[in-house]
Amino acid sequence: MTTRAVLVDEAIPQVQTRAEKKARPYMNPYVAGVGLGLVLLAAFVIMGRGLGASGAFSSLVSFGVQAISPEQAKSNEFFAEYLGDGTHHPLKEWLVFEVLGVLVGGFVSGSLAHRIKGTVEKGPRITTRTRLIFAFIGGVLMGFGAKLARGCTSGQALTGGALLGVGSWAFMLAVFAGGYAVAYFFRRQWT
Amino acid sequence: MNAPLFKFGYFGEETGLIIAFIIGIGFGFFLERAGFGSGRKLAAQFYLYDMTVFKVMFTAIVTAMVGLFWLGVLGVVDLSLVYVSPTYIIPQTIGGLILGVGFVIGGYCPGTSCVGAATGKYDAMIYLLGIIAGILAFGEMFPLLRDFYYATPMGQVTLPQLFGVSYGVIVFLVVLMALGGFAGAEWVEKRLAAKKEAAS
Repeated sequence: MTTRAVLVDEAIPQVQTRAEKKARPYMNPYVAGVGLGLVLLAAFVIMGRGLGASGAFSSLVSFGVQAISPEQAKSNEFFAEYLGDGTHHPLKEWLVFEVLGVLVGGFVSGSLAHRIKGTVEKGPRITTRTRLIFAFIGGVLMGFGAKLARGCTSGQALTGGALLGVGSWAFMLAVFAGGYAVAYFFRRQWT
Repeated sequence: MNAPLFKFGYFGEETGLIIAFIIGIGFGFFLERAGFGSGRKLAAQFYLYDMTVFKVMFTAIVTAMVGLFWLGVLGVVDLSLVYVSPTYIIPQTIGGLILGVGFVIGGYCPGTSCVGAATGKYDAMIYLLGIIAGILAFGEMFPLLRDFYYATPMGQVTLPQLFGVSYGVIVFLVVLMALGGFAGAEWVEKRLAAKKEAAS
């Protein structure tokens, strides 16, 4: 009986401190950059390829289209490319596994720093509803733009940038140009 | 050691997928550490008061670029076996502009939205649905976009080849540019912080 009482006593403050634990500050950007750069370098040395993100979603979308309408997936050059020749499952792709790792790595880092929190990222001058609509529209533009550019910030800007690819550097400059060009009109969302 | 290891047959496709998962964990970990699970922090880059995106991105580019350059010089990595994606200059530039606009409106890019979603940001989850819709739209419209998608091909061209200077010179210039950029970023952040303080 006594041991049980002790256990309960100890358990209560523990739960409280966990809830009260504040999110730790972020890592120094240059240190995080070196870490990210070493992960990218490891991909080059081990696999002979860089990182990516949007490609994994292309595989997912192509797989979905195939599941709903196999004929359409086959006749469409874009989806067919991601589905391959049928010798392996469309989701058994390098980038799909890498992105699964990104989800795990992000969760692990966030947990260690007490930064896991169900929330909506926005400035104080906009409603949650509007923010979520903007998030969706932004995602649509991002998906479309990334396919036109043959990659996103990971595959083109980061990977292609480190490999000094001409198209990747043009892409990177265009991303910043596009962002700065419209930032003023969307300032109420963030500031 | 002959690298890239995969290209020299040290392991097969299946092991490659496990390595993909592990590399992805490292990628996601450092993205989150840098603060890239937060759409607000990412978008701040476009309002200049927080230049973390620029600093992290260019430190990563410089680290990987310089590392790969020296591993090539030392003969550890056969650089011709590292995949450089081919350039299609006009569609990639237009794609980049659209993506930049999407970044400001959406608050994330595909990789960072995964980290945002993994750390509980509802907007990042909605954003991921948007990406899927955007890719689906692109795929459905592909027959119409095909000609533009393949326009202005330049092959697997790199900056040293384009400018006709050595790989080492370009690496050195990019490092210099990044260092200049970092100094500029620190200066802008300090100036804006001082301005904000004066206003309040």
